[in-house]
Amino acid sequence: MIKNLATVLILAGLIALLVVATEVVGVRLFDRIALNLCIALVLVLGLQVFMGNSGILSFAHIGFMGIGAYTSAVLTIPVQMKGMSLPDLYPIVAGIQLSPYFGMLVGGLVAAAVAAVVSYPLMRLSDAAAVITSFALLVVLYTVMTHWSEVTNGPRTLFGLPKATTLSLAAGAAILAVIAAVAFKESRAGLLLRSSRDDEVAAGAMGVHIPRLRWQAFILSALFAGIGGALWGHFITSFSPKAFFLKETFVILSMLVIGGANTVTGAVIGAFIVTAVFEGLRATEAAINQAQIFSEQVVGLTEIVLALAMIAVLALRPGGLFATHEIGALLSRRMRKKTEDSP
Amino acid sequence: MTTFLQFLIDVLSLGGAYALMALGLVIVYGILRLVNFAYGELIMVAGYSMYLMSGSGLPWLAMAAVAVLMAVAAGIATDYVAFRPVRAKSVTAVLITSFAFSALLQNAALLFISPRPRNVPLPEIFSETVQFAGVITPVRNLITIAAALVLLALFSWLMRRTVIGIAMRAAATNFTMARMLGVPANLIISTAFAISGLLAGVVAMLWIGRIGAVVPGIGLEPLLIAFIATVIGGMRSLQGAVLGGFLLAFIDTTLNFTLPQDLLKFRDAFTFSLVILILLWRPEGLVKGPASGQRT
Repeated sequence: MIKNLATVLILAGLIALLVVATEVVGVRLFDRIALNLCIALVLVLGLQVFMGNSGILSFAHIGFMGIGAYTSAVLTIPVQMKGMSLPDLYPIVAGIQLSPYFGMLVGGLVAAAVAAVVSYPLMRLSDAAAVITSFALLVVLYTVMTHWSEVTNGPRTLFGLPKATTLSLAAGAAILAVIAAVAFKESRAGLLLRSSRDDEVAAGAMGVHIPRLRWQAFILSALFAGIGGALWGHFITSFSPKAFFLKETFVILSMLVIGGANTVTGAVIGAFIVTAVFEGLRATEAAINQAQIFSEQVVGLTEIVLALAMIAVLALRPGGLFATHEIGALLSRRMRKKTEDSP
Repeated sequence: MTTFLQFLIDVLSLGGAYALMALGLVIVYGILRLVNFAYGELIMVAGYSMYLMSGSGLPWLAMAAVAVLMAVAAGIATDYVAFRPVRAKSVTAVLITSFAFSALLQNAALLFISPRPRNVPLPEIFSETVQFAGVITPVRNLITIAAALVLLALFSWLMRRTVIGIAMRAAATNFTMARMLGVPANLIISTAFAISGLLAGVVAMLWIGRIGAVVPGIGLEPLLIAFIATVIGGMRSLQGAVLGGFLLAFIDTTLNFTLPQDLLKFRDAFTFSLVILILLWRPEGLVKGPASGQRT
């Protein structure tokens, strides 16, 4: 219990430290990076809730992020703006205008509801079949987002969302996500689900209802994703369906894999490291482009480095940086060793 | 009758291409249980090889042969970069490395070539059409059908009659046992990746022949098609993959002929929902493969 509390406190402290440091430094660029990092944290922790505990790779996560973002957008774009940004919107929703905070919550809930309906039958599948169906689900969600012009403005950019996400709001959401992820992991459901991850047959034989547990984790994970998506939407204020496809999936997945999918600590640390590397490389790319060293624009360098890092981590340290133990557990073990050594 | 013939040619040419794509994916999956996300990038590699050679003045067939060889090389590289280092680890690790390798190749194309489409040289014959029995059809559809027939026949001969083919089928059924009986694991795995690359290379010629240009993201659509076809047909059965390819082409063509215009844009969503349904009803696919074995 103490261990888990320590984990939550350390990780939440890390996020709080990030906010304080950004406020103190006061550079606008860092502000944006820190905000992006907090949103990424919500998404990565959501993915960790499902992937870490069930051991099944899910590609659909970013699709639910899209659902959250679009739901919140439809509900919060000011009524007079809607004629412009969503000309074909159904009249029933056209008159609605909620506060962005409420919209984010509803966005998360809608994503969770969609996940609940769609995913129950999929949770019976394991291994490759599960991965391919989740990939298929991502493509279905993406196709629907790209073509349902009434609600999403089709493949074009949707604009006009009120800007509501502040750094402290995103950091608050990230801290809540840390707490929820640790709580789920240590709950009875989380423990049973982890047992099914380690040995599906044995867990099933002990009476663990694996599909239902996976389903619960998946819904929780979609809730995170939806809220994360809505937060992102109210930060960036205009986006197109392209934002919710493979590129974003790749970044979020690399955060989780590099940090370690099985632990909450891994998810958080992975998000911090990948964001730092990503932003550093992006700045380098921009600098190279600015200096016009090459005749063409340099793009894709960031992703290449991330991909190499992912392969290297999986080859050398398959569990990621924090493979099995949370930071709290690691520290308390070290403390215990010290006290045992000292007398 | 004319409509029927048109429909038949469409299904066969599309199905031939789909079947080859699916076969290239399933040959690796069947033995290694690796869903190779980098498979689409093999097609991209072949396409860019064509582009890079376009000024060389070689005859088209020679360029195509080199491009196919490049795809084979990229397939073997997948084995060394994405698969071998994590082979003994979890299934998920292998999936993620192949996904990462796919991103790596795509972004390398972005970085070193260009994000914009690049034209690929095509022989005259690809843009010609022929007319017979009242049907006008592009010659490349007929070429696709012929190429698919030849490759499928060759492939089935390879798998049934040659030592390496029999060893590969043995490895797909029970990897550990096959190794104990002296089948060299690394050779088998590399061969599977090489065949996968060969099929991808040929598919690339046929696929890019429709568009005439190559972009870094070109591999996604063939990859998705191969996924669907293998899932429908049976993840572990080679015959199943071919069947799945033709069945998917049949479904797609039927939807093209029958769906109203405003629903047609959702066609991918329809097909993918169908995949999910089929997997629920038959998690193994329509054709059951050999009992699953261990990888290492």
